Amino acid sequence: MGDLPPYPERPPQQPPNRRTSQASQRQHSQDQVQPPAADPEEGQQIAPDARRNAPGWSQRGSLSQQESLLMPRAFQAEEAQMGSMEYPSMNTGFPLEFQPQAYSDESRIQAAELTTSLMQRLQQGQSSLLQQLDSTFPEPPVNPLDPFNLYQTDQFSEGAQHGPYVRDDPAFQFSPSEMGFPHYSAEVPEPEPLELAVQNAKAYLLQTSISCDLSLYEHLVNLLTKILNQRPEDPLSVLESLNRTTQWEWFHPKLDTLWDDPEMQPTYEMAEKQKALFTRSGGGAEGEQEMEEEVGETPVPNIMETAFYFEQAGVGLSSDESFRIFLAMKQLAEQQPIHTCRFWGKILGMNRSYLVAEVEFREGEEEAEEEEVEEMTEGGEVMEAHGEEEGEEDEEKAVDVIPKPVWKPPPVIPKEESRSGANKYLYFVCNEPGLPWTRLPHVTPAQIVNARKIKKFFTGYLDAPVVSYPPFPGNEANYLRAQIARISAATQVSPLGFYQFSEEEGDEEEEGGAGRDSYEENPDFEGIPVLELVDSMANWVHHTQHILPQGRCTWVNPLQKTEEEEDLGEEEEKADEGPEEVENHAPGTLDHPPVLQPLPAVLSGRCALQPLAWGLCLCQRQVVGNTSPLGWVLVISHDESMENQTVGGTG
Amino acid sequence: MDADSLLLSLELASGSGQGLSPDRRASLLTSLMLVKRDYRYDRVLFWGRILGLVADYYIAQGLSEDQLAPRKTLYSLNCTEWSLLPPATEEMVAQSSVVKGRFMGDPSYEYEHTELQKVNEGEKVFEEEIVVQIKEETRLVSVIDQIDKAVAIIPRGALFKTPFGPTHVNRTFEGLSLSEAKKLSSYFHFREPVELKNKTLLEKADLDPSLDFMDSLEHDIPKALVPSLAYSPSILIPELPFFQDGRRM
Repeated sequence: MGDLPPYPERPPQQPPNRRTSQASQRQHSQDQVQPPAADPEEGQQIAPDARRNAPGWSQRGSLSQQESLLMPRAFQAEEAQMGSMEYPSMNTGFPLEFQPQAYSDESRIQAAELTTSLMQRLQQGQSSLLQQLDSTFPEPPVNPLDPFNLYQTDQFSEGAQHGPYVRDDPAFQFSPSEMGFPHYSAEVPEPEPLELAVQNAKAYLLQTSISCDLSLYEHLVNLLTKILNQRPEDPLSVLESLNRTTQWEWFHPKLDTLWDDPEMQPTYEMAEKQKALFTRSGGGAEGEQEMEEEVGETPVPNIMETAFYFEQAGVGLSSDESFRIFLAMKQLAEQQPIHTCRFWGKILGMNRSYLVAEVEFREGEEEAEEEEVEEMTEGGEVMEAHGEEEGEEDEEKAVDVIPKPVWKPPPVIPKEESRSGANKYLYFVCNEPGLPWTRLPHVTPAQIVNARKIKKFFTGYLDAPVVSYPPFPGNEANYLRAQIARISAATQVSPLGFYQFSEEEGDEEEEGGAGRDSYEENPDFEGIPVLELVDSMANWVHHTQHILPQGRCTWVNPLQKTEEEEDLGEEEEKADEGPEEVENHAPGTLDHPPVLQPLPAVLSGRCALQPLAWGLCLCQRQVVGNTSPLGWVLVISHDESMENQTVGGTG
Repeated sequence: MDADSLLLSLELASGSGQGLSPDRRASLLTSLMLVKRDYRYDRVLFWGRILGLVADYYIAQGLSEDQLAPRKTLYSLNCTEWSLLPPATEEMVAQSSVVKGRFMGDPSYEYEHTELQKVNEGEKVFEEEIVVQIKEETRLVSVIDQIDKAVAIIPRGALFKTPFGPTHVNRTFEGLSLSEAKKLSSYFHFREPVELKNKTLLEKADLDPSLDFMDSLEHDIPKALVPSLAYSPSILIPELPFFQDGRRM
C-alpha cells in the first residue's frame, strides 16, 4: 500500500496509552501501526465509500478490530482525500460513518455515534455487514499483509461474540440503542458502482476452487479466525505454515478422542434424498384421495400391483424398493409433461444401477432437444462436402501426389423421428429413487448396429465412455439407450388380441404391415384361458416393432440421399437399383415378426419357443381358471447377446 | 444364505431383480430343514439358483463343522426334493468348459460336443471327429465349483482357525465397520489359500494366523469392486458368504 495519501497527521496524535493497551492485546507487530505498513486488520465494516476513507485509515495504521472503530480521531476531514480512491488493498473497510474528521471533540462524538450505530448495525444483521465489509476491490494488490486485512469483517462479526475484542472506550459511552443513524445517511452518497464492485469482488472470492469445495473466502475466514484465536507471537512469519495448517485441517477434521463424531455416511445422504420423496408424497397423498374419483388422471401406473404379480412369479425387486420407485415416478410425472409413463425396469451396473422409466410426452413437447441434434448432424454433412472439393483441387495442381483414397464412409442413416419406431418412447433414468431423473437421448441406427456387436457392463455413470471394438459412437448414455431400444423391441409380448391396430384395415396391404406402429388396447378383449396361453406360442404376439439390421424399424434407402447431389442422368439408374435393393432388404423385413401377428408363424432363427419358456412358468403360477383380462405385458430379456445384463420385470 | 436367515438375506439381495416367489420361499425353508436333518449337516446354506431353459436349478450346500471343508452340493428343481451332486473333479471341470450357452434345465440332458482327435493308425495320422457326451449334471457341478472358487468371499474375522485344524464360525463377529467394509483387504476368498505362501515374510508378520488364513481380495486381477451391499441400509454385513456376481444365465 504505497499510496497512502499524504496525511500530515500521524498516529502520534493517538494517545499512547491507548496504543499500548491495544498493542498488548494485539499480537500483530506494531509496525503495522505505522502507516506505510498499514494494515488495519481490524474488522472494520466497510462502508460503500470505504475507499475514500481508506486513506485515512491507512494512516492510522493497524488498529485492532473494534479499537479502530473506537478510534475516531485522526481522521482527516478533508474532502479531497475522500475523493482519492487509490487505496488499493481493501483493508478494512471503514464504517461508513468513519469519515475522516478533524480530530475534535465534536467529531469524536460523532464518530462515536457512528461507531455505536455501527455496532447496532452489527447486531442487526451480519449479512448486510458483510456486504459492506468487503472493500475488496477489483485488484487487491499483493500485499503480504493483505490476508490480515481481508475479511476482517468476518472477524469482526465474530468479534462481536468474542469478549476480548471489545475495548473499553470512553467513546462507547453512548449505548447503541440511543443512537440512530439518520444523520449520516445524508452524508453518504449512493455508491452503486462501488457496491457492485464490492459484490463482484466478493462473488469472485466466494467461488469454490476447482479441486475441492473450499472457496478462497472461507479459507481466509478460517485462517484469520485461527490467527486471532491463537494470537501467535509473530504471525507474519508463521503465516505460511498457518495457511497450510488451516487448509489441511479443512480436509482432515480433527477427530475428538473422547467423543465419536458421527460419520457422514453415504447412506445418510441417500436417506435424506429419499426422505424428500416421502414428504412430497405425504402432501400428495391427500390430494390423491380426491383424485381417485377422477380415474385416469395420474399417468403413473400402479407399480405396487404389478410388482405383486411379478413377485408371484419370482421376479422383481423388494417391496420397499418398488414403493420408492413408485414415489420417484410420481415425482417424475410432476416434473415433466407426461402423457403416459411406465416403469420399464432396472439395469444393473458395476457401481450403480439404473432405474428406467418409459415415458410418452404430451403433444407438442420435447422438440427443443431434437433441434439441437439436427443442427449438429447438418454441420457434419457440410464438412464432408468441403473435404471432397479440396481433394480434387490438390490433384490438379501437384504432379506427384499420394493417391487419395477413394473410400467414402457409408452414408449416415438418419435416425427415426421421435414418437416412431425405436424412438417411440422417451426414456428417463435415475440411479436411485430420490435422485433426479435424466433424460436419455434418442437412439440412432448406427448406435443400435454397434450395440449389437459389443458386450459391455454398465458402470452406472451416464457420461462414462464406452471403450470397445468396434468402437461405439457415443457414451454410456447412448449405449444404454440403444440396449433399451433393443430389449424393448425384442421382448415385449402380449396375448393375442389384447392390442389392436388403430388404423383402418385398408392400409394393411399397401404398407405390408411394416409401417404401422400405433396400437391401442382392445376394449373387447376377453382374456385367454391360462392353459391356452401356456400350451403354445400361438396366443402371444409382439406388439413392438422389430428393429431391422439397418438399425431402424422402418427401412430407409441410404442411397436415396445421394440422388439429389448427383446428375439427373444417373437418377434413372439409381431408380432401377432402388427397388432391387428394396427387394434385397425385403427378406430382412420378412424375417422379423410383423407386429401383432402370432409368433411361431413368423420367427425363423430367433428361438421363438425359448424366450417364452419363462413365460410358461409364469403362466403356470397364475391362478388357475383366471380368465380376467389381466393383459399385463411382460418384458423378458432373453436375447443371447445381452447375457450380461439383467432387467427386472416391467409391467 | 443360511436357512435360518434366508428371508433377510433374500431381502438384501433383491436389488438385483432376482427373487423368489412366496411359495418357493416357504417350501425352501421347510425342505432345507429336512435336508439338514437327513444328511446330518451342521449348516445348510441356500446357494442360489441357476436358470435353465425349461426349469431352474435351486442349489443348496451342506456344511459340516469345519467351514473350509469341501461342501456337499445338492440341487432341486422344485425346492422340495433335493438330490446330492457328486463332488467336482478337475476332469469334470475341463470337460464341461467346452459347453457354452444356457442350461437346459433337465439334469439328464446330454450335450454333444464334437472334438477333433488325431488318431494314429499305423503310419497315417487321421483326424477323427469324436462326439463327446457331457451330462448336464457334470456341467452343473463344475459350474458351481468354478463360481465358488472365483467369487465366494467372506469378510475378515467371520471365521477363525484353531490349532486343531477346523475352522469355526466366529460368534463374536458382528460385521465390518464402514471404513473397513470399503477396503478390499478385509475380504477373503472362501477357499483353500493359494497365494498365502507366496507372501513375503514381512507381510506374513502382519497377519494373524487365526484370522488371516485365506487369500485376500486385494491382489486379485481384475480388481473386484466392493459390493454395494455394504451400503445397504443395514450396515451389518452378514457373516455368511455372499456372492458378488454369482449369477450365471
